[in-house]
Amino acid sequence: MPSPPQRPSPFWLSLAAVAGLYLFFLLALLVATATYTTPEELLKALGKREIQHSIALSLLTCTVTALLSLLLAVPVGYLLARARFPGKHWVEAALDIPIVLPPMVMGLCLLILFQTALGRFIERATVPFTYTVFGVVLAQFTIGAAFAVRTMRQTFDQLSARPEDVAMTLGCTRAQAVWLVTLPAAKRGMFAAASVAWARSLGEFGPILVFAGATRMKTEVLPTTVWLELSVGNLEAAVAVSLLMVLCAMGVLAAVKWLGEEV
Amino acid sequence: MSEQPANSGQQSARISFERVAWSAGTFRLESVSFAIPAGNYAVLMGKTGCGKTTLLEILCGLRRPADGRVLIGERDVTALPPGERGIGYVPQDGAMFPTMTVREQIGFALKIRHWSAETITARVQELSGQLGVAHLLDRLPQNLSGGERQRVALGRALAAKPSVLLLDEPLSALDEELRDELAALLKRVQREFSLTALHITHSRREAEQLADVMFRMEAGQVTAAQTKVCGG
Repeated sequence: MPSPPQRPSPFWLSLAAVAGLYLFFLLALLVATATYTTPEELLKALGKREIQHSIALSLLTCTVTALLSLLLAVPVGYLLARARFPGKHWVEAALDIPIVLPPMVMGLCLLILFQTALGRFIERATVPFTYTVFGVVLAQFTIGAAFAVRTMRQTFDQLSARPEDVAMTLGCTRAQAVWLVTLPAAKRGMFAAASVAWARSLGEFGPILVFAGATRMKTEVLPTTVWLELSVGNLEAAVAVSLLMVLCAMGVLAAVKWLGEEV
Repeated sequence: MSEQPANSGQQSARISFERVAWSAGTFRLESVSFAIPAGNYAVLMGKTGCGKTTLLEILCGLRRPADGRVLIGERDVTALPPGERGIGYVPQDGAMFPTMTVREQIGFALKIRHWSAETITARVQELSGQLGVAHLLDRLPQNLSGGERQRVALGRALAAKPSVLLLDEPLSALDEELRDELAALLKRVQREFSLTALHITHSRREAEQLADVMFRMEAGQVTAAQTKVCGG
């Protein structure tokens, strides 16, 4: 005789109810925003030159930031995962500063740094950052990279060091072993790290506002657009841009979830 | 499987530890000295955590001893990088390269050494035939069984014709039947390829099956446990 189906216990039912309520709240937020405006209004907002510039600048700066973050996160994540050295806990804590510091404060710190002799020297030696597009990227990178480092560290923690050891006994240097054996196995983690940095950068507002300004057609990115449109009472345009950001964020989330499985 | 000797011309080499010392935290190896005669199959036994793997890693060059010397043949290899010691290393569970096919794993050491593509192909074919993995060459490690993985790890270690084979509990993750089969393969390969082997285990049965010379590790020291008359 087939056994009767097991009824979930009140314990699991209550946990499911809490999770369900939270999901319902998130969904309600998205549905309310999505149905607030009409497709015509949306298209009209997206047709504005300033907003198109802001979309293009956001996509460009986020992509550059994601790549730069990955360039930093791979070596630093590897170092933290594999090396033991005195003061490692302090280094780990310091690398989390951009994650725990209020974003606006981070922007202020950047602004102040570039008022000092060191900051001015960096600007003379490279490119001007304060109130420029380079400043947008630097502000995004400061925070996005910290998240990418965290992701890469977890990735390398999960990959055994043993295959690298074997590769070294087979004639590789440590660098060759990492390049040929570990990095190909860390592809999924690298994709996730770049995506996290990209998504964080897309939503970055405070530090960009303080450090790079909110000049239309110059340093305006999507969160700046939402703020500028709201400040002049143009709610439709703010909603349209917000929806675009929601779509981008969901796209990244889906890509990390599904494509990440394949990479 | 081919039964013909494959590594003609290869010289087996004596392995010597001379007053090797190493420490980390409260764990220490002090003045470890022992030698494995050339062409012998040595088994090193000891409880988990007694330092067997550390000793093997010192021989591999993955850890630098605080004091003492390691010799392979007449050569002092203490300061040499792992890849220049002429060793083949098979760790526990195989430690396969996750994204490489069996063909790429076995040919890896040869590619690093810039052998020509034809020579690599020929060597991979030869070894995979001898180890019974010729039908698995295009598979990735996640599609291999435990026994297959160890055979591939063995092939990968032997590809560059080492004089010394180091095995860290290579049979511990296998079931009994496979264990006997692979133990026989290890012994055959060691004889045919004229290798000096150092095999770490905590299984007495495995040691009795394989060892020409047996060592025991206890309290940071290695002592000779038993010597069989070398039969071949």
